[in-house]
Amino acid sequence: MTKARVATVWMDGCSGCHMSFLDMDERLLDLADRMDLVYSPLVDLKEFPLEVDVAIIEGSVSSEEDLEKLYHVRSRTKVLVSLGDCAVTANVPSMRNPFDLDCVLRRGYEENADVNRQVPVENVPRLLPRARPLHEFVKVDVFVPGCPPSADLIHFVVSELLEGRTPELAGQCRFGA
Amino acid sequence: MTLDELRELAETEREKQTQVKHEIHVCTAAACLSQRSDQVKASLEAEIKAHGKEDCCKVKGVGCMGLCAAGPLVSDESNGRLYQNVRPADENTDTKEIVASLESEPVERLSLSPELPFFKEQKKIVLENSGKIDPERIEDYICAGGYEALLTALTEMRPLEVIEQITKSGLRGRGGAGYPTGLKWSTVAKASPHNGAKYVICNGDEGDPGAFMDRSVLESDPQRVLEGMAIAAYAVGANRGFIYVRAEYPLAIKRLKIAIKQAETMGLLGANIADTTFSFKIELRLGAGAFVCGEETALIASVEGKRGNPRPRPPYPAQEGLWNAPTLINNVETFANVAPIIRNGGAWYAAIGTEKSKGTKVFALAGRVANTGLIEIPMGMPLRHVIYQLGGGIPDNRRFKAAQTGGPSGGCIPEEYLDMPVDYESLASVGSIMGSGGLIVMDETSCMPDVAKYFMDFCCTESCGKCIPCRVGTVHMHNLLSRITAGEATPEDLALLERLCDVVRNTSLCGLGQSAPNPVATTLKYFRKEYIDHIHHKRCTAGVCEGLARPGKDDKPKGKPAEVTA
Amino acid sequence: MKPNTAQITTLKIDGHDCGARSDETILDVAQENNIFIPTLCHIDGLQDIGACRLCLVEIKGSNKLLPACVTRVQEGMEVTTNSPRLQHYRKAILEMLFSERNHICSVCVSNGHCELQWLAEQLGLTHISVPYLHPKLEVDASNRRFVADHNRCILCTRCVRVCDEIEGAHTWDLYGRGVDTRVVSDLKQPWGESESCTGCGKCVHVCPTGALVEKGRSAGEMTKRGQFLPYLTLMREERQ
Repeated sequence: MTKARVATVWMDGCSGCHMSFLDMDERLLDLADRMDLVYSPLVDLKEFPLEVDVAIIEGSVSSEEDLEKLYHVRSRTKVLVSLGDCAVTANVPSMRNPFDLDCVLRRGYEENADVNRQVPVENVPRLLPRARPLHEFVKVDVFVPGCPPSADLIHFVVSELLEGRTPELAGQCRFGA
Repeated sequence: MTLDELRELAETEREKQTQVKHEIHVCTAAACLSQRSDQVKASLEAEIKAHGKEDCCKVKGVGCMGLCAAGPLVSDESNGRLYQNVRPADENTDTKEIVASLESEPVERLSLSPELPFFKEQKKIVLENSGKIDPERIEDYICAGGYEALLTALTEMRPLEVIEQITKSGLRGRGGAGYPTGLKWSTVAKASPHNGAKYVICNGDEGDPGAFMDRSVLESDPQRVLEGMAIAAYAVGANRGFIYVRAEYPLAIKRLKIAIKQAETMGLLGANIADTTFSFKIELRLGAGAFVCGEETALIASVEGKRGNPRPRPPYPAQEGLWNAPTLINNVETFANVAPIIRNGGAWYAAIGTEKSKGTKVFALAGRVANTGLIEIPMGMPLRHVIYQLGGGIPDNRRFKAAQTGGPSGGCIPEEYLDMPVDYESLASVGSIMGSGGLIVMDETSCMPDVAKYFMDFCCTESCGKCIPCRVGTVHMHNLLSRITAGEATPEDLALLERLCDVVRNTSLCGLGQSAPNPVATTLKYFRKEYIDHIHHKRCTAGVCEGLARPGKDDKPKGKPAEVTA
Repeated sequence: MKPNTAQITTLKIDGHDCGARSDETILDVAQENNIFIPTLCHIDGLQDIGACRLCLVEIKGSNKLLPACVTRVQEGMEVTTNSPRLQHYRKAILEMLFSERNHICSVCVSNGHCELQWLAEQLGLTHISVPYLHPKLEVDASNRRFVADHNRCILCTRCVRVCDEIEGAHTWDLYGRGVDTRVVSDLKQPWGESESCTGCGKCVHVCPTGALVEKGRSAGEMTKRGQFLPYLTLMREERQ
C-alpha cells in the first residue's frame, strides 16, 4: 500500500496548532505507518513538493508571501485542510483589521520598539491590508476550527482523511475552544 | 352640519363659481412650486388687476395637474386651455400674454394640448379634484361633491353596509401589498376594542425613491383623505385617527393642518358629526425620515413615540395595533378611494380594472420617459401603453431596457413583458410588485447590476437593524454588488449573492428585508448576461461602471483580474 | 399569579403530539417537551421580540417561516423545528452574526461561556462563508465595574429589555440604523457617566456574549448567571 503524502504549512499563526499536532504523541507513530510527512515546518524541506494528498495549513493569510504560498500549495494538493481558528476565521491576526495598515506597522515597529525604530522595507514580506481566512482565497476542503484544535480532534481528522473519508466535524468542534 | 346644509353650501359655492367667466388655475403642488409657480400666480393676479378684469377673472392655486415635467402648468377652465413652462413676470412676458389673450387666440408657444394621450388616457378617481380645486379651501372640495359620502354614510348607512360597499368594490391596499381593504376593515370592525379604543391610521410615510403619489394627493386634495378616514372610522367603530406623514413633505403637512382645521370648524370632523353620535378626531404625526416607518408595525411604534422598529406579525394591527388596540391602517391612496366608492357604490368601482385588481392606480412616472409626472390609470392597462402612449416614449430614440416598479421592494421588468397588463397579479408573476406606485423607466444607458446596487444601498441604510438577515445580509449583498460593478467579483461571489437573496427574503422580520432582494433577484433573472459580462469579461455594456470596458469603445477590458481562483 | 383562563390546545411538534395552553408560544411548548429550538434574543423572563430569527420554524400549510418565540400555538398546528431548510437558514444567520463584528473567541473573556459560540457548535458551523466586515468599534470601559465591548455585541437587546422591564432604569437603548446600530447608555454617553444606571449588573448577566462583562476577567473567565430572571419575576409577583 502506498502511503499518503501529507504536508503541514505554517502561515500567520502562533504555531499552537502544530504543537497540538505534536500532542498526538505516540499516535503519531501509528500515523507514520500510513502517511509520509513530505513537507512541514517540523521537517527541513525547502520546496513544497508535487502531488500532495493532504495539506494541513495553520495560520491566516496576512502577507503577500502567505498568499503566494497558499496558491502554490493549493495547486499541488488534493485535500486542503484549514487547521485552527487563524486559518478558519483569521482569528488573532485579524485583530489588526479594523485599523489602517500604516498604524499597525508604526505601532509594532516604532512605538513599541526599543531599538531600531523603523518600519522595515527589506527582507520582510509585505503585509496585505487585512488578515483573512484561507477560504476567502482558495477552495478549502475541510475546516477544523479551534484555538488550537485538540490533539484528539486532529487525530480524528487525519485518520478519517487517511481512510479516504471526509471527516464530519459538525458539533465536535468550536471556535475559540 | 347636516347633509342638507352641505348640499346647500355646495350649491351656493357652485353659483359663485359660475359667475366667474375665466377661472385660471395655477398648479401649486411641490413640483411646480419649485419652478416658482407661486410667483406665476402672483404675476397673473397682478396682470388681471392691471387690465381691470378682476370681476370676470379669478386666479386659483390648485393641486397637481400631473405633467410635472412641463411645469409650472396654468389652465383656463372656461375654454380648456392649458399652458406649460409658464415663467413669472420678472423673467419674461408669459403671464402678460396669457391674460391679454383670454378672449382671443391662445398663446401658441406655451400651449399644451389637453388632447395628449397623457391626459386623455387617464381615468381619474383619486385625482379627480387634483388640479381643479383649491386644496386650502374646504368650500371648493364641498362644491366638488366632497363630504356627501361621509354624511350619507353616517345618516343613511349602517357601518356594516359601508364595509359591504368597500368589499364589493374590490379595493385593495394601495400601499403595496394589495391586501383586500374590505377584509381589513371587517377584521377591525369585528375586533373588540381595547380599553374602549380603536384607531384609524393613514400611512403617508411615502419613502420609495422616485415616488410622490401620496404627497401629491395630500397637497392637492387633503380633504378627500380626511373624508375617507372618517368613513373608515365610522365603519370600524373608531373615534380617533392619526395621519403619519414624513416631515420631508412640509407643504402636504401645511395643507393637512389647514384641512383638518377647516373640517373641524365646519363640524365635519370632531364631536357628533352631522348631529349623530359619531365623533372622530384626526391628529398629525410627523415621521423623521425612516423608510422602515412605512411598515405598519414600525409606523405604529413611531406613533406611540417609540423607536420605529417593526415587530413580528401576527398579531396583526387589526387585532393588536396602536397602544394594543385594534387599528385600521391604510395608505393615503386607499383612503382617497373611499369617498367615491361610497358616493357611487361598490359595483361602480368594481366595473373598472381587471378581474382581481379593481379600480385605478396612481403612478409616479419617472426616469427615461418623455412625460414624467403623475398619472392615474385603470388597472390592467398594458405597460407598453403606459410608457409609450401616456409617457410619450423614451427620449433620444433610445431603446427601452427595463421598468422598475415598487421601489426598493420591487423588481425590474424587461422588454419581453412590456405587453403585460399592470395589475397586482401580473406584476407579482414577473417577480416585481405593484408597490405604492413608483414607475421608473430605464433605457440602454442603465447598467442593471448598478441599478441593483443602488437599491441595495438604499435598503442597507434604511434597515432598522433589528433582525440579523436584513441588517447584515443587505450589507453583504451591497458589498458583493460593489465588487461586481467594480469588476472585482468572481463566479463564487455571484453564487453567494444568490444564496443571500434567498436567506434575506425568507428569514427577515418585516417586509423591508423580505422584499429587499427583489431588485437583485429580478435583474439576475432577466439581465444575467450583464452580470456575467461584469464578472467574466470585465465589461459594462451600458458604459456606467467606471474602469470597465465598454464594447465598441474600448478594445481591451480594464478592471482588476479576479482575486479568487479556486 | 395570573388567573389561568386559557384553553387547552393540541398540536404536533416534529411529529410529537403536544398539549398546550392556548396562550403559550411554540417555543414554550417545545421547551416543555424537550424539543430543542435554537434561540439567541430570547431569554426566560423578558418580553420576546422575534429579532434573531434563529427560532424560525415551519408550520404546515404556510410558506412563511415563523419565529417560535412569539408565535402562539393554535389547535391542530403542525410544527417542524429542524428541517434541512431551517438548518441551512440558521447557519446562514449565525454566519452573518460572526461576520458582522469582531468575534475573536480565543481571546474573549466569555470564551467557553458564550451562547453565540455554543450555538455555532450545536448547529455544526465550522466556518463563515461570508466575508468578515471587521468594523472599528469602541470598547467602553468607563464604568467602574463593567466593560461594554461593542466588538462582541450581537444587538439581541436583552440588556435593553432587562434594564427597562426588570430594573426599570432604561439606561440602555439603541442608536443608529442598520449595520450601524449600537447599544448606547443614556443619550450615548459613556457608561461610566450614565446617571440612570443603578449598577445592578443585570444587563451583564443576561448578555449572551462577551459584550457586557465584569472588569478584571481574563480570557474564558467570565461566566454569566442569566437564570435569575424568572425567579426574580416570580418573587415579585408573590410579594404583591
